[in-house]
Amino acid sequence: MAERSFAREVEDLKLGDGEIFRGEGILAITKALLQSGVSYVGGYQGSPISHLMDVLADAKPVLDDLGVHFESSASEAAAAAMLSASVMYPVRGAVTWKSTVGTNVASDALANLASGGVTGGALIVVGEDYGEGSSIMQERSHAFAMKSQMWLLDPRPNLPSIVKAVEDGFELSEATNTPVMLEVRIRTCHVHGQFVAKDNRRPSFALREALENPRRDTNRIVLPPASFLHEKEKLEKRWPAAVEFVKSRRLNEFFGPADGEVGIILQGGMYNAVMRALQQFGLADVWGVSAVPLYVLNVTYPLVDDEMAAFCAGKKAVLMVEEGAPEYIEQALNTILRRRDIQTRIAGKDVLPMGGEYTAPVMMKGIGAFLEAHAPALLGNRPPLPDPAPVLSDPKVKALAEVVPPRPAGFCTGCPERPIFAAMKLVEKELGPHHVAADIGCHLFSILPPFNIGATTMGYGLGPASASAFNVPAGKRAISVMGDGGFWHNGLSTSVGNAVFNKQDGVILVVDNYYSAATGGQDIMSSRALNPRRKTNNTIVDAVKGIGVKWVRQIDHTYDVKRMRDTLREALTTKEGGPKVIVASSECMLNKQRRVKPLFQKAVKEGKRMVRQRFGVDEDVCTGDHACIRLSGCPSLSVKHLDDPLRDDPVAAIDNSCVGCGNCGEVSEAAVLCPSFWRADIIHNPTRVDRVLARVRGAVIGWLQRRRDARRIAFPA
Amino acid sequence: MTAHDPSPTPVRLSTDKPISIAILAMGGQGGGVLADWIVAMAESEGFVAQATSVPGVAQRTGATIYYLELLRAREGAEPVLSLMPTPGDVDLVLAAEFMEAGRSVLRGLVTPDRTTLIASSHRSFAVVEKATPGDGVGDPLVVDAAADVAARRTIAFDMQAIAEENGSVISAALFGALAASGALPFPREAFERTIRAGGKGIEASLSTFAAAFDRVGEAPRAPVVRTPPKRSEPLPGPTGHANLDALVGRIRSEVPEALHALVYAAVKKLVDFQDPAYAGEYLDRLGRIVAADRAPGGEARGLAFSEAAAKYLANAMAYDDVIRVADLKVRASRFARVRAEAGVRDGQVLQTTEYMHPRMEEVCGTLPERLGLAIESRPRLFRALDRVVNRGRRVRTDTVVWFLGLHMVSALKPRRRGTLRHARERHHMEAWLARAEDLLTQNYPLAVEVLKARRLVKGYSDTHARGHSKFDRVMAAVPLLAGREDGAAWMDRLIRAALMDEEGEALDGAIRTVEAL
Repeated sequence: MAERSFAREVEDLKLGDGEIFRGEGILAITKALLQSGVSYVGGYQGSPISHLMDVLADAKPVLDDLGVHFESSASEAAAAAMLSASVMYPVRGAVTWKSTVGTNVASDALANLASGGVTGGALIVVGEDYGEGSSIMQERSHAFAMKSQMWLLDPRPNLPSIVKAVEDGFELSEATNTPVMLEVRIRTCHVHGQFVAKDNRRPSFALREALENPRRDTNRIVLPPASFLHEKEKLEKRWPAAVEFVKSRRLNEFFGPADGEVGIILQGGMYNAVMRALQQFGLADVWGVSAVPLYVLNVTYPLVDDEMAAFCAGKKAVLMVEEGAPEYIEQALNTILRRRDIQTRIAGKDVLPMGGEYTAPVMMKGIGAFLEAHAPALLGNRPPLPDPAPVLSDPKVKALAEVVPPRPAGFCTGCPERPIFAAMKLVEKELGPHHVAADIGCHLFSILPPFNIGATTMGYGLGPASASAFNVPAGKRAISVMGDGGFWHNGLSTSVGNAVFNKQDGVILVVDNYYSAATGGQDIMSSRALNPRRKTNNTIVDAVKGIGVKWVRQIDHTYDVKRMRDTLREALTTKEGGPKVIVASSECMLNKQRRVKPLFQKAVKEGKRMVRQRFGVDEDVCTGDHACIRLSGCPSLSVKHLDDPLRDDPVAAIDNSCVGCGNCGEVSEAAVLCPSFWRADIIHNPTRVDRVLARVRGAVIGWLQRRRDARRIAFPA
Repeated sequence: MTAHDPSPTPVRLSTDKPISIAILAMGGQGGGVLADWIVAMAESEGFVAQATSVPGVAQRTGATIYYLELLRAREGAEPVLSLMPTPGDVDLVLAAEFMEAGRSVLRGLVTPDRTTLIASSHRSFAVVEKATPGDGVGDPLVVDAAADVAARRTIAFDMQAIAEENGSVISAALFGALAASGALPFPREAFERTIRAGGKGIEASLSTFAAAFDRVGEAPRAPVVRTPPKRSEPLPGPTGHANLDALVGRIRSEVPEALHALVYAAVKKLVDFQDPAYAGEYLDRLGRIVAADRAPGGEARGLAFSEAAAKYLANAMAYDDVIRVADLKVRASRFARVRAEAGVRDGQVLQTTEYMHPRMEEVCGTLPERLGLAIESRPRLFRALDRVVNRGRRVRTDTVVWFLGLHMVSALKPRRRGTLRHARERHHMEAWLARAEDLLTQNYPLAVEVLKARRLVKGYSDTHARGHSKFDRVMAAVPLLAGREDGAAWMDRLIRAALMDEEGEALDGAIRTVEAL
């Protein structure tokens, strides 16, 4: 992590017994790992778990002190494979990523790991990127736990519970020789709360000891006949052991009265939302007291059949609150009751929606429908529920739908990717639209206005691979876009290697912004920063040449729109076959500003000559057609209304947040837009030469201006 | 806590309720800082605070919501707080931008029984608003009206401006407004202590906080306007120049009084564009138009035709050519404006670069009519010359050589009337005016709209060409509409459609509808 410091968060990792940790959920998990005596941690950054990686990357002294090995894995697959250290040796390991996308990538290793089983505790912290704020397809990680038989923890969303889940998870893993997944949702990762810390624990078995005393056991390797043995062991040994552990350690929790007409079974992660809904019905309070029996599954896989059955027995109906589809737990619950011939009615996806986040209104509606149907008496005198409907049906409020604009995330001010897509737009105007295969990363914002570029996205580093079917003779070539993050994650072999091997006649545009920018600006292989703990500065051009690409162009300044456009045109029209790779490199502006701003201010303070640039628009010259904005979308390039009674449309205007990236000028020049843009170079601490030159120029120009003004016939301003 | 409650007696429920707060901001606006401040303050005041957000990706643009709940702590008990707002059950909404305030209302977070809405009334336009070729900006009055319906109480003023004036960021202004609103059970000192404990930019934050705090006491609700009012200057007294005074005299005697301000703005613009004589030509034409307007009963219609003509005729006559651009770029007043906008301080040196891309079309346009036409009619010569001319040029207007270049181009002004561009503009303008005047007796409202279609011609090079093509397409529909009573309404729809997207797709659709009428 080059440009942002997590020093303050690192301090939180040092808290000792009895001290209060205050902070985010994901950092609480980080601290819990150290308290659990973890030996090694790996993972791949991504919302919502990036901070776990970022903080550990900055926590070298703490980790060294404890003897913990931390690694920024090249991909989730690499991270999952790392857990194999816990197969033969009694070492605890944890890995983390964004799920389900990361779990998809990691599945190969996870399936092998789960088959052979583990000796030391293996914990997989998955940031469940589901519901509002999610940036990926809406799926459940639950399926992965089931298919490979890994246990799945879904603790109540408060810091003490998730910290306990980490500690329990390692023990469960060790007691059952099975990797354990800990699922934390977006809001939980970012929730601010507190818990009472414990001292960090040194691992009891050092990785060095393992290396120096290697062990092997062919029974743990996934090869016949051991693989068949694993299956038997999973079902006959590990599963019962897990059920017994969950039961005896009371990992699942019961709240509310022991008996009741109805009850609710819920995933731990749903607890706060269920409690709030019950509060609205007057059936619970804010201090955790519930009038309805609750069975909270902090472990959602495996289920403890006896507990499920006992909770349901004697109740008229039970509501299963399970977010996402399919409803695995509800189906299992029905089977459990059916086998025992328990006649309790099970409600679930009949009153709650099959898909989508269980938001407060959704939960309220579902629980309300359940109680209405099965225990209307509980609803008592039906206090009024919070309901915005009357307000929302007011015509004055309805009118908002027409004026409140969508505001998706997009390219930042000064983003170096903006000129790349502006150039693509210009090429499109010349050569017509092309099939554009997009990838994962900031560059995917090209699919939004104003660029509207990109047809599909198939996965991280898979952009060019996803265009491989189009390797047929045609009048146009497919363009595939891939970020540097995707390139190193998977793209080099799966996309570029594939294209070389199959002589894929297309254009591959690698957007290189020096960081894994979309996930928070972490360093990657080709980062230009010198990172003492990593080997950076491995160029993408060397890599693609190394695996056989012949046509490679490096553009080291993406803001050169003309060059960008000409290179793209050349790639699209050259007679040369095989993949045409363009590496477009400029530093992520968000990180560049973090890096450069303090340096600039320091240099100015020291009296050094420094030049700051920013752009502006001449409002008299601008005609208000906004063509520049349609090739930019920069947050700092906006519009303003004039008080001139002769003008109708607002003109372009650039605000103070402009970082002088140059895109506006380049685009107006390359697209022959208009002469409204100006760039100001403001020289701080000018040298004597600067000053003298400025004075001479000012004198000549001033004289000409005064002469002109004196002759000009004009009304008073 | 985790065991079964052994007693079957009815449970006793506490009526404690947390204070619920939603913060709506755009990425990078400091919504997180504000949430952190509130949490830190609440914790130090003996409350349990929970905050969460769904910030998503690292970029700094999208709309983001932070949600907080605060509850007075109770010994030995941990509250169960929600991680998301319940629409209709939010006490306090803080919006760091005005449309985000609208979004909070639209999401049902603001309800009249309980919600205090604290919003900055400034606008930060979304891409879809600013990319529209016309005016795509959302109407803030709608948000204002919705807030009246939805909120129990609204505090809304430009907190961004207050933050900028005090050298800080909007979160400090929102925090000040929050303190002044009294919506939280904490004294002002608690807010200020929190800022001090934060450590960064304390003084600027505190002065922003104080300014916003005071503002709530003085004027908690700033009036909202859709667009700033248009300038309306009275006719000036003696200017010291006979030609100008004559023009003013003509406005006074020849132009209906209601149009004085508009026509004065037009005359001023044309004197600036060319010379007093040129403005006189404008008044000649306008005089004819006003007379023509009066004939079919224009007075009864408020002389709408004359008014539209006064505005669009001036724009048509003051077209954007190379001479005008050069003239505007080299002025002393413009130098001063750039200096101020760029924030250049004493002791600093400013260098200014203009991004220009002249093409042979522009060069020919600036040549005398016959010479320009002669070159244009020889495609090979034209292309050869274009290869020399047509490239992006970074013009350093702060240097003597480049300045002189532009200065000389702007000095071509006296010859403008003889240029090819002028001939073309004049021809186009006259055809357009004639078209409108022809319609006056047949369909007065449509004639007015035909004048307004001039709005479509704007921009430079390709954009200008596209504008012209839209203008032509719209004008081609006029015969279809001339006989219709609702012709003007359709024309207005066509013009608005033309301003909706770059290529005129919406316009094509609207024209197809008109053709099917």
